[in-house]
This record gives sequence, C-alpha cells and structure tokens, in this order.
Amino acid sequence: MSAAVTVRTVVVAGVLAFLFLLPAYAAFTGHTFLVTLFTRIVILALAATSLNLILGYGGMVSFGHAAYLGIGGYAVGILAAEGITSGFVQWPVALAASAVTSLLIGLLCLRTRGVYFIMITLAFAQMIYYLAVGLARYGGDDGLTIYRRSQFAGLINLGNKTVFYYVCLVLLVGSIWLVWRLTNSRFGLVIQGARSNDRRMRSIGFPTFRYRLACFVIAGTLCGLAGVLLANHTDFVSPAAMHWTRSGDLIVMVVLGGMASPFGSLMGAIALLVLEEALSGITEYWQIILGPLLLLVVLFARRGIDGLLDMAASGRPSAAAKLEVKGGHG
Amino acid sequence: MFIYFIEQCLNGVQLGMLLFLLAAGLTLIFGIMDLVNLAHGSLYMLGAYFAATIAGWTDSFLLAVPLALLATLVVGMAVEVIAMRRLYGRDHLDHVLGTFGLILFFNELTRLIWGPAGMTLSLPIWLNDAVELLPGLYYPLYRMVIIVATILVAIFLYAVVMRTRIGMLIRAGASNREMMGALGINIKLLYTFVFGLGAALAGFAGLMQAPILTVQIGMGENILIVAFVVIVIGGIGSIRGAFIAALFVGMVDTIGRAFFPDLLRLILSREAAASAAPALSSMLIYILMAAVLVLRPEGLFPASSR
Repeated sequence: MSAAVTVRTVVVAGVLAFLFLLPAYAAFTGHTFLVTLFTRIVILALAATSLNLILGYGGMVSFGHAAYLGIGGYAVGILAAEGITSGFVQWPVALAASAVTSLLIGLLCLRTRGVYFIMITLAFAQMIYYLAVGLARYGGDDGLTIYRRSQFAGLINLGNKTVFYYVCLVLLVGSIWLVWRLTNSRFGLVIQGARSNDRRMRSIGFPTFRYRLACFVIAGTLCGLAGVLLANHTDFVSPAAMHWTRSGDLIVMVVLGGMASPFGSLMGAIALLVLEEALSGITEYWQIILGPLLLLVVLFARRGIDGLLDMAASGRPSAAAKLEVKGGHG
Repeated sequence: MFIYFIEQCLNGVQLGMLLFLLAAGLTLIFGIMDLVNLAHGSLYMLGAYFAATIAGWTDSFLLAVPLALLATLVVGMAVEVIAMRRLYGRDHLDHVLGTFGLILFFNELTRLIWGPAGMTLSLPIWLNDAVELLPGLYYPLYRMVIIVATILVAIFLYAVVMRTRIGMLIRAGASNREMMGALGINIKLLYTFVFGLGAALAGFAGLMQAPILTVQIGMGENILIVAFVVIVIGGIGSIRGAFIAALFVGMVDTIGRAFFPDLLRLILSREAAASAAPALSSMLIYILMAAVLVLRPEGLFPASSR
C-alpha cells in the first residue's frame, strides 16, 4: 500500500512541476500556444474539481454543472458591458450569483435521488441556458464580447498571458487544497457517509440534507469561479459555455481522472483535453473515436487514471489499463 | 383571437404527442432495464435522417415512413446488442457516461455520412394542404396527420403493453426481473426487443417531425431534455404518467410561447416585456417541473412497482 502512495505522489508531483514550469518551457521553445491551451485546461480542471466534490465524494450526479460556468462568466460579461470592469466588484458578484443559483437548484434537486437527480440538474441547466439565449440585451444566442478583462487596480494584470496562467493555476491548487481539506473534515465525512448510506446517517442524527446542500453550494460557487476565469480567458461569454455537452465533458473529466481523488479531476481534465487536441490533429471527425473510447473507459477502466496509478503500484496492469494508457497519451 | 387559441392548442397537442413518443420509449427502457439512455435523442435524429434520405431516393413519403422506421428499429437493436447490453446492472453514472459517448459517436457519424449542412424533407402535394376544422379555422393537414398518427401509435402501444403476451412479459420484467429469468423467459431477447421498440418510437417521432423542421445534427438533444422534464413530471417508469405529462408540457410550452408575451405586457412596459418574454416563456416548463417537484418529488404518477 505504501508503494501505491509513492507512485501516485511521484506522478502528481511531476504533473504539478510540469504545470508550474510550463510558461518557462513555452517561452524557451517558442510554443506560446501551449500557455493558452493549458490555461484552458487548468480552468476546466478547476470546474471538474468542484464537480468532483459533489459527484465523487457526495455521490450527487449533477448533469448541469456547466450552468455555473455560464453564470460566473455572464456575471463578468454583464458587469463589463455595463461599464463595471473592477474585479473587486465582478468576482464577488459572480461568486454570489453562482452560490444563490446553486442554492435554489440544490433546494429542489436534493429532494430527489438517482435518475431524477440526473435529469433535473440537466433540465435546470438547460433552463439557464435558454435564459441566456433569451437575453437579447446581452447578445442572446451570439454571446457577449468582453472588451476588458477584470481590473485589479493595477495590482495584477490579467491581460498578461503568463500572469493570467499563474493566477488560474494558483486558484486551481487552492481549490484542490480546499476540497481535500473539506473532504477530510467532519463535514466531508458526513457527505461521504451520506453517499454510502443516507438513511443510516440520518438515523444516527445527521441532518444530511443540509450537509449535502452546503456541499452542493460550495461546488457551484467554485465552478462559478472557473466561469469567471473562463470568461476572462476567452474575452467572451455565450450560452455555449453552459451547453449540456459541457456538463457532460466535466463528468467525463471527473470519472476519467478517478472519482473522489483529490488530484483526479486535474488528471482527467489534462487527459481529456490533450486527447481532444491530439485526436483533432488526426481527423476532423475525432469525436467518432472519442465517443466509443468513453464507452470503453466506462466498461473497462471505471476507476480512471487514479485507479490506474494504484494498479501500476501493485504491478498488475490489466488489458483495460493498457488501453487507458494508450488513450491517455493520445 | 379564439381561432388563434384553438390553433395553438392543436399545436400544443401535437408537441405533446411527439414528446410522449420519446418519453414512452425512455420510460419503458428505464422501467424494464433500469437504464438511463441519453442516446435516445440520437435515434430520434436518425429516424429523421433515414426518412429524408429514403424519401430522396424513392421520391415517396409513404414509402419512406415504414422503411425509416424499420431502419431505426434495426439500429436500435444493434446498439443494444453491441453496447447497451454491457451497461445493464451498472451504476446510473455509467449509463450517463456511456450513452454520452454514444451521442458524440452518432453526431459525428451523421456529420461524416450526411455532411454538416442538414437536410429537408418536403411533403407530397396532397399532404401539403390545410383543412377547415371550424368555420374560419384552417389547420395544416400534415399537422393533423401527426396528431392522429401519434394518437394511433399511443393506442397501439397501450394495446401491446396491456393486451399481448409480449406486453405481459414487459410488465412482468418491470416488476421482477429475477423471477422472470427463473421462469425461463429469454430476458436478453426481451431486452433487445424493448430497446428496439423504444428506438422505433423515437425514430417515428423524428421522422414525423422531419418535414416541419430542418433535419440537422443535434436535433434530438434539445427535445430529449424536454422529454426528461416530461418523465420527471409524470413519474419515472409510468407510461400513463408520461402521456398526461407530455400533453401538459406540450400545451404549457406552446400556449406559453404564444400568449405569455401578451400577458407580460399587461404588467410590464412594452420594452421590458419584449425583452423578457422570450427568455421567460422558454423557462415555463422548467418552472412547472420545479413546482411539481416541490409538491410531489416522485412525479405525478409514480410507478407503483418501485
């Protein structure tokens, strides 16, 4: 078991070192597009990490998590369009909006279980999507261009690619730390207990609904932060940011990386997006490969990359694991 | 105004019946195999593409309908044998992920075969007419055909499920799978049949819609999410619930879009109403769903076996 910890620790440390050194490497080799690509990966990894909190640890299969990406993004976009570009206003408003929305959605969805929960989160995300489509004043279907990134009174210049990348990376690592601390606290143990046996948790006196709701709101707010970053990254926000396929992508990242693993969602985000990049280099019709690949992961490598690291440690790579390795490196 | 209202009601019934075809397949598949099938919308899309293609080849709409239906049935059964079968008995999250993969696959396959542009299916002249239902109320003949045909399919489905041996097996399978197997019923075959039936229902909905809408990639996804709303309102696993909820949602959505902007104008200024109406009227069915959830979290007609 100690070997498993070592392999995983080495891989995680390697990935983190790679992420922190990436801008230097990109500047050295001149591949500056790498910084843009990895900014995107880091932001979506942050969103996936927030989903992992409710999906992996809490067992709440939310198929509408991208809605908060959109809400965070639209908060920035709408404020910017109204002339308020200060990040000190934009960011708290965006987080508050995500928190309030996830509170309302959570209050309704958490009354239900299983398939209902999946369908209802999907439906509410679709509702918010249509709300954004209907916002004719803010671009409607076409979206909203953001002409100035969030301003922090000259303290941090988000317009600088490298600075922005590091801001995103630090926020990602901070979020992973937060999720890790949360899940190892009493609060996190109640959440995980409710995932395994909710009735038992309630009968020994935990009001699990409140715990799960709090967890849902924390995840929604964190994802709203990812939305703020994404809008600043693309200088643009549109309903497409919260299209239901984006919610699906986030679930794929969480499962691909390994559910309920602190760094799993980061691994999953890197694997999925690098794979997308690689496949789209091979063929225009790359999703025809990605789709069946997802099915194979579900069938044969259910524990994701995290499970793979365990297997690598115990020295019994299965056929599925080999397949996964091939997939992961494109 | 009255004529406009009746017309919108008929449109609502038409949308409701199409939603029912989708929701019935979904709820059957869920009730019997305990499978969440996101790729149901892909079968709807394929039904429409098959119909448009066959109608293009044969120049006959009447020939295109049964052939496209058959093709969707075959594709549905093939998907069941190749992929779905392996997902039974697994976690719902696995179903979501696996069928999400299938959606990506089918969308891309469609783009590869038919191109990104989309297709249109034009009606034969004799269908491209209007009937006078009431004095002064002309309603497109084809829309009437959709309403009648989908009601016939609903009756047929009811008859199959309630009056035939296969229907009996389906109902038995929904209440106790292990016992069915123990009694020597070929469950694998039954599952393939049920999945094919669901696929054919979705395909039928798609091909009936094809002449009204543009046949395009992803056309099945938005309506699938509305079908989910129908199922949530009606109660998962209940065909009767799906029927009533589908009509309800179809009416609310259509009537809402038609009259909500006018209602809004009564309380808001003209500009405010004009800008808020499109967003708010597309939210109505979700608000309806939220209201049902508050009152009855299990839906209006929860399947009694679960």
